[in-house]
Amino acid sequence: MSEPVSALNNISHTGGIASISEIGPLGMITLRGDLSAGWMRKAVSAAGGVNLPEQGRSNFESDRGVAWMSPDELLLICPYDEVSDRLERVQGAFANRFALAVNVSDARAVFDVSGPAAREVVAKLAPVDLAPGEFEPGQFRRTRLAQVPAALWMLEEDRIRLVVFRSVARYVFDLLSVAAQPGSEVGHF
Amino acid sequence: MLILTCPNCGVTAEETEFHAGGEAHLKRFGPGSSEEEFEGYLFMRSNPKGVHFERWRHAYGCGKWFHVARDTTTLEVFGSYSAQTTEPPQDILDTIEDRRPGWSPAERPA
Repeated sequence: MSEPVSALNNISHTGGIASISEIGPLGMITLRGDLSAGWMRKAVSAAGGVNLPEQGRSNFESDRGVAWMSPDELLLICPYDEVSDRLERVQGAFANRFALAVNVSDARAVFDVSGPAAREVVAKLAPVDLAPGEFEPGQFRRTRLAQVPAALWMLEEDRIRLVVFRSVARYVFDLLSVAAQPGSEVGHF
Repeated sequence: MLILTCPNCGVTAEETEFHAGGEAHLKRFGPGSSEEEFEGYLFMRSNPKGVHFERWRHAYGCGKWFHVARDTTTLEVFGSYSAQTTEPPQDILDTIEDRRPGWSPAERPA
């Protein structure tokens, strides 16, 4: 089997006000269907190992979890090598119902922004209120980073994880590196 | 800058996260309609100075469509509501009536 490679070979940028590193590859499965249905809840907990998250939130247990993407879409996140197994489980649980599960792991790039100024670096690029108390671990937000769509959540205080399309990985890495350049603290939060 | 709330995902964000979709509550005239009706459906849009109903899409968020009632001169947003409706809900109309007492129902979409 071919060896999975992330978009930028796990490139990282340090020396700025926050450190940027590409994580990956990370396993991701898109689920679409009626989120209020009982069989959907069962399928999610069977394949994701956590309960179906509420609107705008995500449920994680260490590095496995499920995030709420839209009223009919979830993102299941897990280690890369577990994807095919989990995909099989979720498709088995869906059976012939009107729902969809697709492995999107290779369509995405994942970045971690960490450090005391992590909130600030991301807030420079996204129209999201990232103030402490407004955005906290457990929340999940789809938005834009400068010109491209992104999804973000906090792994812990001072550590934000971003998911973007793989085709814009370089653009996003460059954006984050510039936003984190030394001496660029805003000191707002 | 408009601050809009998406009724589909509950996110409140500024307008760059959304995409405007033009006038709301248009009635479609397709096969079987007259040429005037079809032309009106395709091209004729009201361009009011004041209260306006629009379609918006949460393009960088959940990707869903919704409706917004706002004022085109002051940029005041009266509220947003589901896309699955053919006319503005009563609570939105009440808010508009409250904020613009002189607002004429004639401005309401046909």
